[in-house]
Amino acid sequence: MASTPHSEPQIIAPGHTFATVTDKIASIVLLKKTPYGWFVGLAVGFGLLNLLLVSLAWLLIRGVGIWGLNIPIGWAFAIINFVWWIGIGHAGTLISAILLLLRQQWRMSINRFAEAMTLFAVACAGLFPIIHMGRPWVGMYWLFPYPNTMGLWPNFKSPLIWDVFAVSTYALVSLMFWFVGLIPDLATLRDRAEGRTRKWIYGVLAMGWRGSARHWHNYETAYLILAGLATPLVVSVHTVVSFDFAVATVPGWHATIFPPYFVAGAIYAGFAMVLTLAIPLRKLYGLEDFITTKHLENMGKVLLATSLIVVYGYAIEAFMAWYSGNTFERFMLWNRMFGPYGWTYWVLLLCNLATPQLMWFKRFRTSVPWLFAVAMVVNVGMWLERFVIVVTSLHRDFVPSSWGMYSPTFWDWATFLGTIGLFLTLFFLFIRLLPAISIFEMRTLLPGARIEEDEA
Amino acid sequence: MSHDHIPAVPVTLEGVRRRPGGGAQRRYWKSLDELAETPGFLEFLHREFPEQASSFEDAKGRREFLTLMGASLALAGLTACTKQPEETIFPYVRQPEHMVPGRPLFFATAASHDGYARGILVESNEGRPTKIEGNPDHPQSLGATDVFGQAHVLGLYDPDRSGTVRHLGQERTWGAFRAALGQALEPLGEAGGAGLRILSGRMTSPTLAAQREALRAELPEAQWVSWEPADRDNVRAGATLAFGEAVEPQYRFENADVILSLEADFVSSHPASLRLVREYAARRKVDPLKPEMNRLYVVEGSPTSTGASADHRLALKSSAIEGFARAVAAGLGIGVEGGVDHPWVAPLAKDLERAGARAIVLAGETQPPAVHAIAHAINEALGAVGTTVVYTEPADAASDGTLQDLVADMNAGRVEMLVVTGANPVYAAPADLGFAEALERVPLRIHHGLYLDETAVLCQWHLPAAHPLESWSDARAACGTVSIVQPLIAPLYGGLSIHELVAAFIEGSEPKGYEIVREHWMDVLGGGEGDDFEKAWSRALHDGVVAGTAFEEKAVSVTVGDWARAPEGGPTPGLEIAFRADHGVFDGRFANLGWLQELPRPLTKLTWDNAALMSPATAQKLGGFRTVETGAGHVTDVVELRLGGRVLKAPGWILPGHPDDSVTLHLGYGRTRAGRVGDGAGSNAYALRTSQARWFGTGLEVARTGETMLMACTQDHWTIENTANQAAADRHIVRSATLDEVAADPHVFEHMGHEPKPELSMYPPHEYPGRAWGMAIDMSACVGCNACVTACQSENNVPVVGKEQVGRGREMHWIRVDRYYQGPPESPETFHQPIVCMHCEQAPCEVVCPVAATVHSEEGLNEMVYNRCVGTRYCSNNCPYKVRRFNFFLYQDWDTPTFKMMRNPEVTVRSRGVMEKCTYCVQRISRARIDSGNEGRPIRDGEIRTACEAACPAQAIVFGDVNDPESNVSKWKASPRNYGLLEELQTRPRTTYLAAVRNPNPEIPSEASSPRHHG
Repeated sequence: MASTPHSEPQIIAPGHTFATVTDKIASIVLLKKTPYGWFVGLAVGFGLLNLLLVSLAWLLIRGVGIWGLNIPIGWAFAIINFVWWIGIGHAGTLISAILLLLRQQWRMSINRFAEAMTLFAVACAGLFPIIHMGRPWVGMYWLFPYPNTMGLWPNFKSPLIWDVFAVSTYALVSLMFWFVGLIPDLATLRDRAEGRTRKWIYGVLAMGWRGSARHWHNYETAYLILAGLATPLVVSVHTVVSFDFAVATVPGWHATIFPPYFVAGAIYAGFAMVLTLAIPLRKLYGLEDFITTKHLENMGKVLLATSLIVVYGYAIEAFMAWYSGNTFERFMLWNRMFGPYGWTYWVLLLCNLATPQLMWFKRFRTSVPWLFAVAMVVNVGMWLERFVIVVTSLHRDFVPSSWGMYSPTFWDWATFLGTIGLFLTLFFLFIRLLPAISIFEMRTLLPGARIEEDEA
Repeated sequence: MSHDHIPAVPVTLEGVRRRPGGGAQRRYWKSLDELAETPGFLEFLHREFPEQASSFEDAKGRREFLTLMGASLALAGLTACTKQPEETIFPYVRQPEHMVPGRPLFFATAASHDGYARGILVESNEGRPTKIEGNPDHPQSLGATDVFGQAHVLGLYDPDRSGTVRHLGQERTWGAFRAALGQALEPLGEAGGAGLRILSGRMTSPTLAAQREALRAELPEAQWVSWEPADRDNVRAGATLAFGEAVEPQYRFENADVILSLEADFVSSHPASLRLVREYAARRKVDPLKPEMNRLYVVEGSPTSTGASADHRLALKSSAIEGFARAVAAGLGIGVEGGVDHPWVAPLAKDLERAGARAIVLAGETQPPAVHAIAHAINEALGAVGTTVVYTEPADAASDGTLQDLVADMNAGRVEMLVVTGANPVYAAPADLGFAEALERVPLRIHHGLYLDETAVLCQWHLPAAHPLESWSDARAACGTVSIVQPLIAPLYGGLSIHELVAAFIEGSEPKGYEIVREHWMDVLGGGEGDDFEKAWSRALHDGVVAGTAFEEKAVSVTVGDWARAPEGGPTPGLEIAFRADHGVFDGRFANLGWLQELPRPLTKLTWDNAALMSPATAQKLGGFRTVETGAGHVTDVVELRLGGRVLKAPGWILPGHPDDSVTLHLGYGRTRAGRVGDGAGSNAYALRTSQARWFGTGLEVARTGETMLMACTQDHWTIENTANQAAADRHIVRSATLDEVAADPHVFEHMGHEPKPELSMYPPHEYPGRAWGMAIDMSACVGCNACVTACQSENNVPVVGKEQVGRGREMHWIRVDRYYQGPPESPETFHQPIVCMHCEQAPCEVVCPVAATVHSEEGLNEMVYNRCVGTRYCSNNCPYKVRRFNFFLYQDWDTPTFKMMRNPEVTVRSRGVMEKCTYCVQRISRARIDSGNEGRPIRDGEIRTACEAACPAQAIVFGDVNDPESNVSKWKASPRNYGLLEELQTRPRTTYLAAVRNPNPEIPSEASSPRHHG
């Protein structure tokens, strides 16, 4: 393994030992007084979560008409939010699986909460396909191929069925990956927790982990296998999500560039969200030693790289629309730029094309406030990208008599903000109850561990 | 074998023998098979075996038996909780004749609109009228219906109808009313009825006319005023000017090569519109290989469907049309002065002259009498009388004075008792008359009507009226033909018909409507109670027309009078206002009918509101006038209209093709006591309308108020029209060409599109070994009258969603009529395109549905399985034609009992969260399949008529089996005019269109007829 040059920022601050790392991370959960900011964050999240519950109750009572949907705009916020959340979820798997396989050790301080972020984002995302249906009470199981007395199977030609498999597989594998990765740390917490109940709970979750060599061997094998399983998912999930659009006939959806473009967009959005979460987190708990500027800078680089892929996607979409000479495609492009929702396209370009270019400069890459600002802009930009794809394409498609406009209602926003509340609530509970950074993996980054590893 | 086994149907040889004949009506059975198939005989055979045997054959019967056993056991241990009625009740032991549960019956009757009858056939399901079809035997209907006719059933079941007699707002009985009436009539009778006035709508009923005579005999001083807000006084007055008597022109479009309409909107506001549209459209279904068609010129002050389908349409202010008409007459050498020249006059006159007897000029009821006289003079000069127009006496009985006279009498205290029946003068009387104030001076005011409306609340007595589908009556069509109106159902709300009401004034007895009408016809048809009368009466009821009642032609000739001289004072400059009857709610009487409120108006595509319609240039003069489309509806500026000191606020709306310096406002809106549906919708045009300016008036002032209003419009509006129309042209959505272009190249339309080869599809093609259903729609014939939309709504239980939901773009109509413009906004060419489901052979919706809720049938239908639909709306997103409709909320009214009776029992009432769309009326296909299967024959071409096809007065829609080369639809599709919408998408639509052909006169200088460019 290449040694890290000392002039470069470290991925773990100097001076830490096994004991200090364990103490510092475990104490967040077990000992340390919960910071004031945590309560604020949870309160905000929980408040919004209640908004979500109210929105869902109203939705089930009244129907999807409480949103601004119509004919022709049959999909809007729910699908935008679905794609947005599922995209955010991608960074977790990418960091956990692909960077693990590529032996990018800097991932170790961020992978745990990035994985948690993935799970929570997938939870938020998974909600939307269910609630956007007119009859979710039957839709939530009719989409699964189960033997039934009706003798009916789902329509395997439909990308929505592919979605069901892609997303549910993704959620399951991510959950297993996350949980397996937690087991050694849960054992640490079990050993350190005070009070019978805590010990018991962490003990059950640790599944009898004693840290024997055999345990470590099994653990490493399982983790690698799961990483291997998760890797194709990074590509497949958003590819399948993009099929929801690419398979349809709608101009603006029907494009072969969609799968790679969506995957890149997902990673892009995911890293922006990791930054959005990591920056306040390290501040709140004083974790600057573990989530160093080096990490932030690396993520900035990933952001830049993926933004370029995404922008390439935009360029190809526009070029193909023009080059095809297809009336519908050309009109779609014109309408996207200069139609009634034209402003969303230009703001989108500002967010996703112009802003990430700051990441070329080390000054911005290493500046925490700038990184945070850029990450927020990208979060907005990626949401707008899905708005442009979903709404702007649908609102003026083939037959001009059926063109329409879309205005979100209060409930559209309430449901969207509500899922942010769900996400925040889960995330704040997570950092309070489980080690947000992998203790044992962090310990392997210490000089002592490296020597052992090198000798091994 | 003993009769004991069949207690329900006592079968005797006598009975079996009698059965096929069916009692009184003598019918001959054709074969022994038919005899053997009678229910009685079958039962007789079946019951040879022990009673329970057949019940145990099927599981259901067995279960039922067990249930009953269980129930009896349970009841044995309990005291019974439910009681049977004390009276003896009877099940259907012997079925009523013709009644087969599940099979509808059709009864001929008539739907009067504005007094004039249109023959209809009413579908009755187990005694509930559910659907109106046109009566093919009726000369003014010819099997078609209009939107009002279709909405008749909704009017019947309207839960807001009045159901009780009221006196000063308190519920009373009919008996109390009769007692009060008897008391009030006593002093009146002594005075010969001098203080009695009856105000009704237009009266064409011969029975009512006879009753009026009877009333007059008893109370000679009583007066009966008939009045309609959307009056045809100008037609009468015009005929009187020209001929000296009030004859009714009867147009014969089948003979007309050139038609000039002077604001005559024969598509939507003419008593004979159904027949006229049929005759007009028949001459526009061009065969490109034998190109020939009629030519229509329309000069109008407010855009109409008639103008939209014209070959040449000239937008002139209503007040300027007289000058134009005078110029045309002068151009034809008729001694008419005061013409105002126009570049169109010379070529138009030449064209009329060329056509001679095969030309015709019509004037609309909105034009002053002089214009009618001029039209009559031109027709006479052209020799058209006898070919394209004949004259008869008018169908309606003359009124005893005008509404103005009545109001004067009321104000002078000469009216002791006013009976208002079938009219709503408090709402609709001209504003200058002050009807409501005058009404308060009448000591006794009685209102008889369907609703507790604006007039009802100002009268002491309100009497609920029976709906025409609930009562016996009769009515004349414009040509004079009488139809007997027979009830389909007993009065739902306990109302009385107008005949029963009038009878109360005459004899004080209580004859039933049936007796009144029947006795009248006994007198007319003669024969007394005998067989001859019975036969004639039955035939009249069965056919829906009384034979031989059409008017004779009258020979009249034009007398040139003052009308030929130039009118005093030239055209008035400045803004003018035009009032028109609304396409949906008409004069306001249909304001509570959701189907008509939600019907997109043919040109504006507005629903639920009227608007101050104006041209783009006129709107520009208002300074900063704006209409913005949002997801919640169109936000438009509200304008203030001032006319003669009266002020009204109304939403402004830009309408291409509207004449400049003129504003159109439709009647029928701004009702305050219409019911839950109609209250508060739109602006009340009657607030500005005076008896002088009934159809148009000058001196209008318009100003923006700074307020805005949300409108529910179902199609794009003015601000994006350029974009949309350009896109529509680029996409060849509407294909059109002139007759000359078609003559030069019959295949001109085929070059406009690019249909890819079938083998380019990813999926293998479906095979259709049997039947393959398809539809063709002739855009040349379609006049955009919307009858198909309402017919579909009625047939397929399509819900009304309300203004807010339409504004959000969630209207549920399964068929819509798209409107496209070509050319400059001042004088565009307009096209109507009815859009139903295309039933694509490669349907984009089918592949994307995750649960296979929309599937392909072996006959090529694209079917919706409501039970299976989970509501992802993916199918709708992927439908290029956007024909799918989604139940965003629970749109259907599941609670109102009368609406349950109204629905078509063969069509699922959809619930919340499922997708729906046009099915090609699959229930009608199924019925034909079952019928033909029972009869062992193939389905005949034309046997299945979809609801839209059946209603269409233009016969622009044809449905049938495209696998059968001899079917009508196959022949239509073989036309070089045939094309598929967006066929380059490879959807292979089963619904195709026949391109529009227009027949412009090359000599007419027109921007609109500039050469078209197609890809």
